[in-house]
Parts: sequence; structure tokens; C-alpha cells
Amino acid sequence: MTAGKDRSMELQKEMLAGHYRRLEAAPDTGEPVVYTFVPGNLTELIRSFDALPVLPEINALQSAMRGRSQGYIAAAERAGHSEDVCSYVKCDLGMLKGGNIGPTGTRLPKPDLLLLSYTGCYTFMKWFEILREEYGCPTVLLHVPYQGEGRQTPEQREYVARQIREELIPALEKVSGQPYDEERLVENLARSARAEDDLVSVLQSARLSPSPIDAYFGAVYYVGPIFSAFRGTPEGIAYYEALRTEVEERVRGGLGPETPSGRLDRQKYRLVVEGPPNWTHFRDFWRMFSDEGAVVVASTYSKVGGTYDFGFRHDPSDPLGTMADYCSGCYTNRSLPERAAMLVRYVREYQADGFLIHSVKSCNSFSAGQLPLLREVEKRTGIPGGFLESDLVDARYFSPANLKNRLESYFQMLEARRSRPEA
Amino acid sequence: VSRASVLEWARERYEDLDLSAVRRWIAQAPGRKAAGYLPVYAPREVIRAAGMLPVGIHGGGERLEIIKGDAFYQSYICHFPRSVIELAETGRLSVLSAILFPSTCDVIRNLCGVWQLLYPQTAVRYLDVPQASDPGIAADFWRKELRALSDDLSEVSGVAVTDERLREAIATDNEARAAVRELYRVRRETPWKVPTEELYVLMRAGEVSPVQEFLEKTGEYLAAVEEDSGRIRDRSRVIVVGAFCEQPPLGLIKTIERSGCFIVDDDFLLGNRLIAADVPVEGDPLENLARAFVGGSLKTSALFEPDLEGKSRLIADRVAAARADGVIFASASFCDPALLDRPMLRKGAEAAAIPCMAFKYSENTGQFQQFREQAGTFADSIKLWGGA
Repeated sequence: MTAGKDRSMELQKEMLAGHYRRLEAAPDTGEPVVYTFVPGNLTELIRSFDALPVLPEINALQSAMRGRSQGYIAAAERAGHSEDVCSYVKCDLGMLKGGNIGPTGTRLPKPDLLLLSYTGCYTFMKWFEILREEYGCPTVLLHVPYQGEGRQTPEQREYVARQIREELIPALEKVSGQPYDEERLVENLARSARAEDDLVSVLQSARLSPSPIDAYFGAVYYVGPIFSAFRGTPEGIAYYEALRTEVEERVRGGLGPETPSGRLDRQKYRLVVEGPPNWTHFRDFWRMFSDEGAVVVASTYSKVGGTYDFGFRHDPSDPLGTMADYCSGCYTNRSLPERAAMLVRYVREYQADGFLIHSVKSCNSFSAGQLPLLREVEKRTGIPGGFLESDLVDARYFSPANLKNRLESYFQMLEARRSRPEA
Repeated sequence: VSRASVLEWARERYEDLDLSAVRRWIAQAPGRKAAGYLPVYAPREVIRAAGMLPVGIHGGGERLEIIKGDAFYQSYICHFPRSVIELAETGRLSVLSAILFPSTCDVIRNLCGVWQLLYPQTAVRYLDVPQASDPGIAADFWRKELRALSDDLSEVSGVAVTDERLREAIATDNEARAAVRELYRVRRETPWKVPTEELYVLMRAGEVSPVQEFLEKTGEYLAAVEEDSGRIRDRSRVIVVGAFCEQPPLGLIKTIERSGCFIVDDDFLLGNRLIAADVPVEGDPLENLARAFVGGSLKTSALFEPDLEGKSRLIADRVAAARADGVIFASASFCDPALLDRPMLRKGAEAAAIPCMAFKYSENTGQFQQFREQAGTFADSIKLWGGA
């Protein structure tokens, strides 16, 4: 079978290509460029100053999907960066050292501002300290307290809002030459909420059987625009309306999602997955699931740039407060007990047969604690979990035979459980 | 009191993974409790003000065989959390009624969550130290966090954290910080008199001892050092950078100093001196603690560096302050803060023509020959050619 592509994927490809072209032209058009990270990105605010966001993780993963990350990583390691640390960082640095040609082949502009939204990942802080040395540009840090106690306190919320008000907004005013325009921000936030409604509808369609989407590999595409440059934009709204329509058509037809093995209508295993995917062998990895008839019905990675399926929407009536809430609620900013609760909820609400953790070497924010997390979810759901290991964008840590072997064993175990009579 | 007896006291505490000294302290009076903290920084004043004994948790080092801990962490995560879990799984940390997890890195952050899942009977608190660039915003946030921490610890200990108790604790900790500063000064001035192995075990003992006992022993040690005429030796003076969380085995510290180097500054147990100066005792004590942290912390990889030139200048500044000849970057394997910082720090050092060498270790590293050869060659190259 040949793999098809959804219309929404084509639309997204055009959107991304257009964004990269606009970025390439930024030195000529004068549009300010703000580098920031996916978790805790404040795209609505950045866009309200007519600035363009650049998301380094997106560049890294896109480079990996196009087979360029290994050379970039090698270049960074030759420059003294340890083999032990995050491959996203090294991929980004290698790309920078090689002329900063982005994944679509256009040159990325230098940042006018590094907006270090320190949300859910320690490495972000080091990453932008390193980039700041390379670019010598202003850096503004937004410290988002981790939800160690399982919630954001009012004091923490005010702390984030105050940093946005007193540090970030003045920095954006300075690089853009524009005064803060709250009305524009409010408009953007309202657009975000509309797109978020559509995204949640798409993600929750996986409760159906057959699931019309793959909520891990497929969801990577679905969250692309909202996690990157398009949240709060008219293009973002249009994309999510089109995506929702597309998925609703599949629901009406009782159809499954397009996968590397073709359209997956006959779904043998419904899975919940925790952790980011591998990007160097993305479709090969996906195929290991789809060849076995496995569809992912819920994932935590699709919440890394915002958790919307438990009710959060950007609230235009409280612009700074809602941005603090958004940042605080991103998946990796949540405590392990909260993450366990999410996984348990997904297993139950999406009627999963099993759950898998894909642990990546690069990302301690995800990986540290995943083994106890696995046991906790097993204990609370009564379903045995599977554990896979590779990396984000370093192909040296992707072992196809090993992964396939583990997955096949896991599916056999699920099959054996099915055939076992109820105790 | 002899120097040897002080060191025996210190080594006994350093080697005792069962925290016997802490257990004895608790047993001495009814209702006593202890609170642990992980690296790098925790406000020990607040723990003391809550009537509890602060206890540094620095892993099991080379003295602990990891049997259960490896089942909790993948091979690509540093050794430290698996050894802390091993200590917990073997009941050695059961003496602690509360544990504080500072925002040092994602591994320690997530270890907080692991604790919440595995040991719900222990009070657990995540400490998100302030990173905001604006000192006013950062201090205001941290004061409120310290207030919340005070309330939480009071609930565990049954002792209300009053301003008066906080002021007493601040005054005591000022003395402890002064003692550590003095130890470092004497080593810096006369490193042949204060081997780092000795300084280190003293500081480790301080992590599990009541502060008055630490002050007493430190005073005795310094007096003994003063009396010791000590033979002046000529070695390369180095600073050891990067070992602020997972601690190197004592054998590694000894190896560096036995291969022709004097360690004249380091990052070991950095939390005991992260606040570099005395904290004012008068006024609002939590405000004072917050401002001291925000405005007066030593530089560490665990904190954001707001100054564009800060990273490139740091090593040159530290080398100058310690009158060092070179730098040894010693980082724990898979230590994100240290390893991500290293290229920036090294670049700055090399730009200032400061000789550098680098290696990685684990807390349970048992073979030191390669470090001996590396450090020995480094020391020789400094002496022979003034640079590596």
C-alpha cells in the first residue's frame, strides 16, 4: 500500500514554506524576528508587535526529518559540545555554524530578540545562553514556575504576568519600535481560542472506534501550526477549520487515518503514548505501529506546546493572566503525578488497549522519571506498559531492529491478554 | 583537640550512608525532625527556623552499590538520582520527614515527582528558585515562595516559623557561611596546609550536622591548621569547575591533588556558600533572604546568566580571584547544566589564555589512573610551559 497525504498536511506545508520565506526576507522587509521555544511560546503577543517567531526545536526536528541533523550534530560535537547533551541544541548549533539554512532551504535571519520562555525544560535556558553568545542580541527571560505541587498558585501566576508586563513587553516594544497594543493582543487571543476548540475536537475524535486520527504520529502534524508560528492568526483558524472538516468527513465514513502503511481502517490496537517521537526515522517508526494495525488514540507529546483538552482556552478578557496560565499548563511543566493522572485518564477515556513510553536520550524533561511513571500507570490502570528508547534527532540512537522487536513483543503480549479468559 | 580527631569526626559522617548522626540528633529530644535537601541551593535558614535539622542529600558516591536504583533510571541519565533512590529504597532516608528539591535541572525536578509517587508519606517540596532578570520581581516572588515553604515545614515540624526564629537561623547560618569562606580563604592562601580532601569531608560533615557542631569542628580545624607550619610545596594551582551537583568520589579529589595540582577553588557543595555574603539579620527576614539570594548569589550553571558577557568572563574572574594557573572542567556524565555550560566557559577561558582540561566522572567512578595521568600532564604542562 502506498501512503497518502491528507489535504491538511499539504495546507500546512504551504503555510510553513510561506513562513520560512517571510523569515528569509525579514532582513529586507524589516520585520523583527523573535526566537522562542514551543512550550510557553507567546505567539499572540509576538505577532501583536508584527514580529515573526522562530522556533528552534521546530527547525531541529524538521532538519532531522529531512536527513540533515546528523551532520549538524557532528559539527556541534566537533566544536566541543558533549555527546551527552540534547541533540536539538546541537542540531540547531550545527545548522547555525553551517550558514543557518533552515529546513526548507531558505536562510534563517538572525534574531532581534531571544525570548527565553523558561517553561518545562531546563535545557532551554542553556540553549539561549549559547545562542546569545553567537548572535550577541538582547535576551529576555520569562521564568514560568514549575507546577511541582500540581497547581499554579496565584502568586506564581502574578509572577509570570508581571514579567510579561514589566520585562517582556518593553523588550518587544524596543525591538519592534511599536507600542504595546492590547487590542491587537486580545484579537489574537480570541483567534487562538477558536483554533484551540477545533484542535480539541480533532484530538478527541480518537475516542471513536475506529479512530479517525493517529493522535501521536498524525497529531504531530495537527499541532504543528498551533505550536509554532500560527496560533492567533487567521491562517491558523483556517487550517484548524479545514482539519476539523477533514476529520469529521472521516468520522462520517467510518475511516481511519492515513499512515505510512496506507489508510488504517482496521485498527487492532488502541494505544496511548508518552514522550516525543524520533524524528530521524519518523515514518519508519510510525510504520512499525501501523503495519501491526496499531493506532495511537492519545499522546502527551501533542500537549507539549499547550494542554487544551482539559478545558484551557486562551481567554481574551485577561490577556496577561491567560498567557501565564497557558505557559504553566504545558505538559512538561506539570509534575509527574499530574502526568501520571493524565495518562491514566487517557487510557480510560480513549479505551486504550495499551500504553507505551518512548523515552528519548536527549530530553531529561520527559525522560527522567519515566520508569516510575510507567509503573504508576500500570498500577492504576491494570494495563501493562511498554518502554521504547531512542532519541529526538540523533540517528545514532535509533535502532530499528531493537525497536521493532520490542514493539512486536508488546503487541503479542496485548494479544495474549485478549485471548486470556477474564479472571 | 587534634586535627586528626576533627577529620575522624568528619570522615565518619561523610562515610555514614545511614545518617546515624542525624538519627542520634533526632533521638536526643522528643519531637525532633529533619528535612533533606538536594543540590544546589536550599534555604537552610527556613528549615532551622522550623525547628528541623537540614540534611544535605548528596547521593551514595562510590560507597553505595546500586541494586534497585538502576531500575528507576535509564542509562542516559546521570548517576545521582539512582543513588538517591537507592538510599531511599534501602530505608536510609526514612529519617527525613521532608525533602526539598531545588530547581537545579530537569532530573532533580522530576525526582521530586518520583518522590511524590513513591514515598507519599514524606513531605515533598519543589523549590523553583527565581530566575527573572528584574531583581525586584525575582525577590518578591522568592519571598512569597519562602513564606509558603515556611508554612509547609511548620506543618511538618509543628514549630511555627516566626520572624524571631528566622533571624536566629540567619545569624547562625551567617556564621556557617563565614566559616566556609574562611576555610576556602586559608586553602587559597596556603593550599599545602589544607588539602581539599580534608576541606571536602569537613564540608560534607557540615551537611548532616547541627550547625553549632560544624562551627565548633571547623574552628578546631582552622586552629590546628594555623599551628601547622606545613612544608610549602610548589604545585600548579587549579580551580575545579562543574562538580556542583553530583559529587565526585573522594578518590578523584585526592587524585587531582596527588598528581601535581593544588585545588584553590571549586564548585563542590556549592549550596553552602551560594549566598556569598552575610544576610542582614534586622528587618523582614524572608525579604532579607530573598534579596540575598537574588542579588548576592555566586554564579552557577543552574541559574540564568543575565549578563551577555557573563559566561565568557566567569572563569577569568574566578581564576584571578583564586590566583590559579589553570582550570579543570570536571562534570558528571549526563549533567546538562555543567556540560551545556562547558563550551561557553571554556571559550572564555581560552580567550583569556587560561590553560584548561576537561573530563567527566560519575559519583561511583572507581578507577582514577586516567585522571591521574591527565591531571599530572596538565600540571606539568603548566609548570613547564605555562599552559597546556
